[in-house]
Amino acid sequence: MKINVKHIAKLANLPLSQVEEKKFEKQLASILEYVEQLNSVDTKGVEITSQVTNLENVTREDKTEISLKQEDALLNTKSIHKGFFKVGKVLSSE
Amino acid sequence: MSKLNNLSLKEAVKGLEGKKFSSVELTKDCLEQIEKADKQINAFITLDKTALVQAKEADKKRASGDKNPLLGVPIAFKDLFLTKGLRTTAASKILDNYIPVYDATVVEKLKKAGIVILGKLNHDAWGHGASGENTNFGSTKNPWNTDYVPGGSSSGSAASVASNMCIAATGTDTGGSSRLPAAFCNVVGLKPTYGRVSRYGIIAMSSSLDSIGHLTKTVEDSAILLQVTAGKDSLDPTTSNIPVPDYSKTLGTSLKGLKIGIPKEYVERGNDQEIHDLFYEAQNQFSYLGAEVHEISLPHTNYANACYYVIQPAEISSNLARYDGIRYGSTRQNFGEEAKRRIMLGTFTLSAGYYDAYYKKAMQVRTLIKNDFEKAFNEVDAIITPVSPTPPWKIGEKIDDPLKMYLSDIFTVTANLAGIPGLSVPSGFTKNNLPTGIQILGPQFSEELLFQVGHAYEKVTKFYERKPDI
Repeated sequence: MKINVKHIAKLANLPLSQVEEKKFEKQLASILEYVEQLNSVDTKGVEITSQVTNLENVTREDKTEISLKQEDALLNTKSIHKGFFKVGKVLSSE
Repeated sequence: MSKLNNLSLKEAVKGLEGKKFSSVELTKDCLEQIEKADKQINAFITLDKTALVQAKEADKKRASGDKNPLLGVPIAFKDLFLTKGLRTTAASKILDNYIPVYDATVVEKLKKAGIVILGKLNHDAWGHGASGENTNFGSTKNPWNTDYVPGGSSSGSAASVASNMCIAATGTDTGGSSRLPAAFCNVVGLKPTYGRVSRYGIIAMSSSLDSIGHLTKTVEDSAILLQVTAGKDSLDPTTSNIPVPDYSKTLGTSLKGLKIGIPKEYVERGNDQEIHDLFYEAQNQFSYLGAEVHEISLPHTNYANACYYVIQPAEISSNLARYDGIRYGSTRQNFGEEAKRRIMLGTFTLSAGYYDAYYKKAMQVRTLIKNDFEKAFNEVDAIITPVSPTPPWKIGEKIDDPLKMYLSDIFTVTANLAGIPGLSVPSGFTKNNLPTGIQILGPQFSEELLFQVGHAYEKVTKFYERKPDI
């Protein structure tokens, strides 16, 4: 299986150098070839295991609890605007 | 008197309780050993400058009657555990200035139990690796021979415990990250049952597989630590309500009549000859201890690693998506090569059109692997296998071949896929004086059985008494 590295990097929001793109294309192909041995296992009718200890629907009461203070939440960012996180523009006017 | 940092956790607690020495004296000996040995080993990323202040505080508390179980015991954390006010890096450039504003539940529990925090330990960044080389803070070296890897990802945890820089250390285990380095450094590594120990505040790798363990000098020490860390946490909904037993209770109980299984798929695949021979000796020890040892089969073993290397990167790509460089940390191009590789792999297998062929298929094979273990545990009480198909390898040997590195995990990933506990115990040395280990596997929530089996084995073999010359 050959991966379209540029496309996947875009989906992953992961900037890659040209050297990395080339290297990963080769390495990921060999890893995928290895994991594709799973195709030889008959899994017809087999349920998936996504939660291994069989817990289901663990919920809590829908109540607010004491959480981080605003200044603590902002302690590790350089990207602040008037007490909020400043993020890049998501919508454009075009 | 021999140096206090050489003590086991049990001995340290006993000495502190009996006022044979103070926490300040014990902590000073650990700090001296760090000063002396860590230039060669590189186990620590950050030292907690308040260690002696904490120790003084612990001594004061003891004088006023405080009887917390780990009062004054110096412990170090793998740098994936959030420690309030103390830098936590995940061994990655992304978080090299990150100061957590809260403690992980395990950190909080251990603090409440009275520990002294020595600092934060090196590991493969984000937990990605089997050698300790995938770090932005320089490889950790194996204290038994600094040309060799200490195993990963909890490399600094294993190396620091083995070289007596701390009394015990925490680790994580997603596919063997506590058990493999324990085996490579001649210490004890625990991967508890999935959901036995809270993961809240520990940087996530692969959420359906991650378990929170620790590395200790003896099996007894492992039981003492789990007593503190195990239990339900409302902040981690994957933790279990099953009551936490007294883990020290089974220690010293005979193994007579206990059925121990040897899965043929783990021995018939052409392991390194020395691993093969040492594992054979281990089987004999269990027979000598009165256990009934017989061969079993886990038929889907050969697919486990492929299954793991689909599920794990897929979940990594999702968990690492939060590192956007906005709320904390730096931007995504600062991920190291291994994290980038796994993000790419996981993003691909989860992308439109490929989900069924890879992720869903792997989750189905996971069910078959889990069923194999359930069937096996109808026949036997516990299973033993080598931890690794080879002894420790030289630094640099596998770093350019990711697939080769991934194959180091073949014996350990199965426990994570099945959610069962595993305990790695020293099993002797190669001709080159490099450590090896066996792992004891049991049904979900059978940690006390693993401690019983591991304790009996280490008491007759006494490999834990051997220490590296460093």
